[in-house]
Amino acid sequence: MSYIIQGETGDWEVVIGLEVHAQAITNAKLFSGASASFGSAPNENVSLVDAAMPGMLPVINKKAIEQAVRTGLGLRAQINDYSVFERKNYFYADLPQGYQISQYLHPIVGEGTVTIDLEDGTSRDIGVERLHLEQDAGKSVHDQDPKRSMIDLNRSGVVLMEIVSKPDMRSPEEAGAYVRKLRAIVRYLGTCDGNMEEGSMRADVNVSVRKVGESDLRTRVEVKNVNSVRFVMQAIEVEAERQVEVWEEGGEVVQETRLFDPNKGETRAMRTKEFAHDYRYFPDPDLLPVKLEPGFVDEIRSTLPELPDEKKARLMADLGLSAYDAGVIVADRDTAAYFEEAAEGHDAKTVTNWLTTNLFGALNRRGLDIGDSPVSARHLGELVGLIEDETISTKIAKDVFEDMLETSKSPGDIVEEKGLKQITDTGAIEAIVDQVIVDNPGQAEDVRGGNEKAIGWFVGQVMKASQGKANPGQVNQLLRAKLLG
Amino acid sequence: MTNKWTIAAAADALEKGEVSSVELTDAHIAAVEAGRSLNAFITETPEIARERAAASDARRAAGEAAGPMDGVPIAMKDLFCTEGVRTTAASHILENFVPTYESTVSGNLRDAGAVMLGKSNLDEFAMGSANITSYFGSVKNPLTPDGANTNLVPGGSSGGSVAAVAGGLAIAATGTDTGGSIRQPASFTGLVGMKPTYGRCSRWGVVAFASSLDQPGPLTKTVEDAAIMLQSMAGYDPKDSTSLPMDLPDFRAACTRDVKGMKVGIPKEYTLDGMPDEIQKLWDQGVAWMKDMGAETVEVSLPHTKYALPTYYIVAPAEASSNLARYDGVRYGLRVPGDSLDEMYELTRGEGFGEEVQRRVLIGTYVLSAGYYDAYYVKAQQVRTLIARDFQNAFADVDVLLTPTAPSAAFYEGEKMDDPIAMYLNDVFTVPASLAGLPAISVPGGTDADGLPLGLQLITGVCQEEALFRAASALEMAAGGGR
Repeated sequence: MSYIIQGETGDWEVVIGLEVHAQAITNAKLFSGASASFGSAPNENVSLVDAAMPGMLPVINKKAIEQAVRTGLGLRAQINDYSVFERKNYFYADLPQGYQISQYLHPIVGEGTVTIDLEDGTSRDIGVERLHLEQDAGKSVHDQDPKRSMIDLNRSGVVLMEIVSKPDMRSPEEAGAYVRKLRAIVRYLGTCDGNMEEGSMRADVNVSVRKVGESDLRTRVEVKNVNSVRFVMQAIEVEAERQVEVWEEGGEVVQETRLFDPNKGETRAMRTKEFAHDYRYFPDPDLLPVKLEPGFVDEIRSTLPELPDEKKARLMADLGLSAYDAGVIVADRDTAAYFEEAAEGHDAKTVTNWLTTNLFGALNRRGLDIGDSPVSARHLGELVGLIEDETISTKIAKDVFEDMLETSKSPGDIVEEKGLKQITDTGAIEAIVDQVIVDNPGQAEDVRGGNEKAIGWFVGQVMKASQGKANPGQVNQLLRAKLLG
Repeated sequence: MTNKWTIAAAADALEKGEVSSVELTDAHIAAVEAGRSLNAFITETPEIARERAAASDARRAAGEAAGPMDGVPIAMKDLFCTEGVRTTAASHILENFVPTYESTVSGNLRDAGAVMLGKSNLDEFAMGSANITSYFGSVKNPLTPDGANTNLVPGGSSGGSVAAVAGGLAIAATGTDTGGSIRQPASFTGLVGMKPTYGRCSRWGVVAFASSLDQPGPLTKTVEDAAIMLQSMAGYDPKDSTSLPMDLPDFRAACTRDVKGMKVGIPKEYTLDGMPDEIQKLWDQGVAWMKDMGAETVEVSLPHTKYALPTYYIVAPAEASSNLARYDGVRYGLRVPGDSLDEMYELTRGEGFGEEVQRRVLIGTYVLSAGYYDAYYVKAQQVRTLIARDFQNAFADVDVLLTPTAPSAAFYEGEKMDDPIAMYLNDVFTVPASLAGLPAISVPGGTDADGLPLGLQLITGVCQEEALFRAASALEMAAGGGR
């Protein structure tokens, strides 16, 4: 299923590459000991090195190297034992050194692959070109003063992992799936929290279009700093459309950097004068090349958790989940962990349904993450267990669930306290059935007279009379026996 | 009379109680004041000096003297960031910059008890070989004849440091050497100037010029003093990723003045076309001395020597252009306001940097720029490897190399000043050892016809400072210097 833009002169396809900047989870910055934590007051986490004071020198944060290697392994990528930090030189007020320490010719991670799962249930492999480490820049705030910009250097020097994909994506959906998968992987690995709203993960989207059938790539445009999956997809849509229009009107798409404006639903050229930067890359003479010791990578590999693709395959093979269900569960590390705890000893499919339909629905309504779920995984599992051993019916279970959301109590306690145990004693049910039949002779005649559907009404009455606790299956059986003989 | 003091003599006298640090310091403070015409200091720090001198005496009285540097008054090149004391790098752009931190090397000296008399003058951002580019005015070589119309230059970039020591204002001084900025001014003023192996001294807190070349080192009256001072300056610093993670040998103990059995290499490519006779004569004299003292001398070849200067003048400016990008008026230092960020940058840096600095930043930017990077910077780094390899090959055969330090004696301000290239040639003998990161020292060898000092340079292999001090102490003795 391909994504085609139907233009006036024919069909166009979209070629997409993504550069994702992911802030690595570390205590300190890439080359300084200042804290990398988020949310501090402006310029609170700035060391002498971050402020580029005279005579200051960078020292590599070993944890950053570990996180990059870890992420590289999660991307099934080649880890380079030798890599070099280079200076990317340009002037801007939020770049204290006048250069960003990055990696250019020799990145720490080489080619890899990310498998994306699409809505139609199919999967595709998207190539990763490389991952390299670099410093983040500080923040410029332009709206606090009419004539001046304010600079906050807290973020200056924080560890960024830049993950560059190959231009393998062909639709907004694929791009969205790629970002989601990347986020899941780094969250599983604990190398990045993937929080796009807070800016710990952001995407530069490279978009070009070409006529279907063309093999060469046309000029691409970079849409910078897109900070949500939805915006990534929207930006691609509108930018591709814009480019098609330009080509069809006989113009040429200009290679430039643009920003996505979600309010207007369009991309626009960046305000600052963007002439092609000559970054004058050269190896940073203050740093030695990074050489990984033998065994370093293997050591990290041995500590990797089960990643989404592996977990999905296992859930499908061992628990019989569908690709779709397994995909939903593994998409988020916390969800997967929740599921595995809840499903232990219970029917996987039932747990899946309760999780993805009932719990997700409730959490969404309350604006909560699964980490904040008032219903614990263990309790959800117990609830399913109570249905499985017929202590309660599915219908009653729904009520119990609502209660669990409110009180966080165990389902067992709630059933006890409210006396919700299903009535399965045939004698007890029979007594209620008999009573209801006696109380409703007209309807009974109706059923005996041929209106079998009216049994449903009787079932309802019996359930009401039993406060919903009668086992519906048995009720049905008994009614049929008594009314239809 | 401050001129007679060496570190060794002072340490001896202090230990014996013949003099106190306060007395020594007061005498030198007075000398600093009397010697202001040299313009050796950008910032004098007499209060700090007196404080530290008093503290030194108190330590000594309590039996806790820190070592031979304890109580010795020195000058600190104004490239070392000193906490609470203005540090300018001789530039308008840092004219009022007061660091909140102390460089590792100056901190080491402070901890060793050395007494800082002040921050000595230098070429702006250490770029120069005559100390004529300082925003705070040029430095006068104390050997300038009375009644001369212009001043003799002291050499550079550590011109203020050598003027202070040679003028008797300080017993010793720190310098930094990137392409010869310790050795060449030492040669111009009859002092000993030593550049250790790259990485021996920490660069943390030293205003950076060219990261892969910069190296702090001592400027002293004797070889033994240089060894003593280096011992306190050097050492591994984890805050500097290029710092050598190695223990220091005992440099002073290596000053044995005995070169019997040593093999001294004479690199033939150091004989320049049109080399002044006096330089050649001095060099020949040095060779003869070595032979007389029992060393074997042999000609060696360093075939890529002639590419060293051009290589240096590509690599150093390139690194400098990047290192100086931080002086932008945003966070500290001079800011000349503008209507836009770019305008502010242009005005600040245009006004804040002197001509030579601007020249080197432009050269550096050019050689790193797209389309030229491979032809210039990459090529220069490749040639640098060849130059280093030349030395390695030579040191497979010999223990030490002997060369002149500079192609002339000190010249007068005004000579050579119009032609930056002529100025760059001052470094022709010192630059190769810088590119290779090797330890090198300049020792006073003799004088020219006008009585101006000429230095001889010794170079040894990586981390071979002991052999260097051994040879240097002997050469000094042969030339009539030292103890």
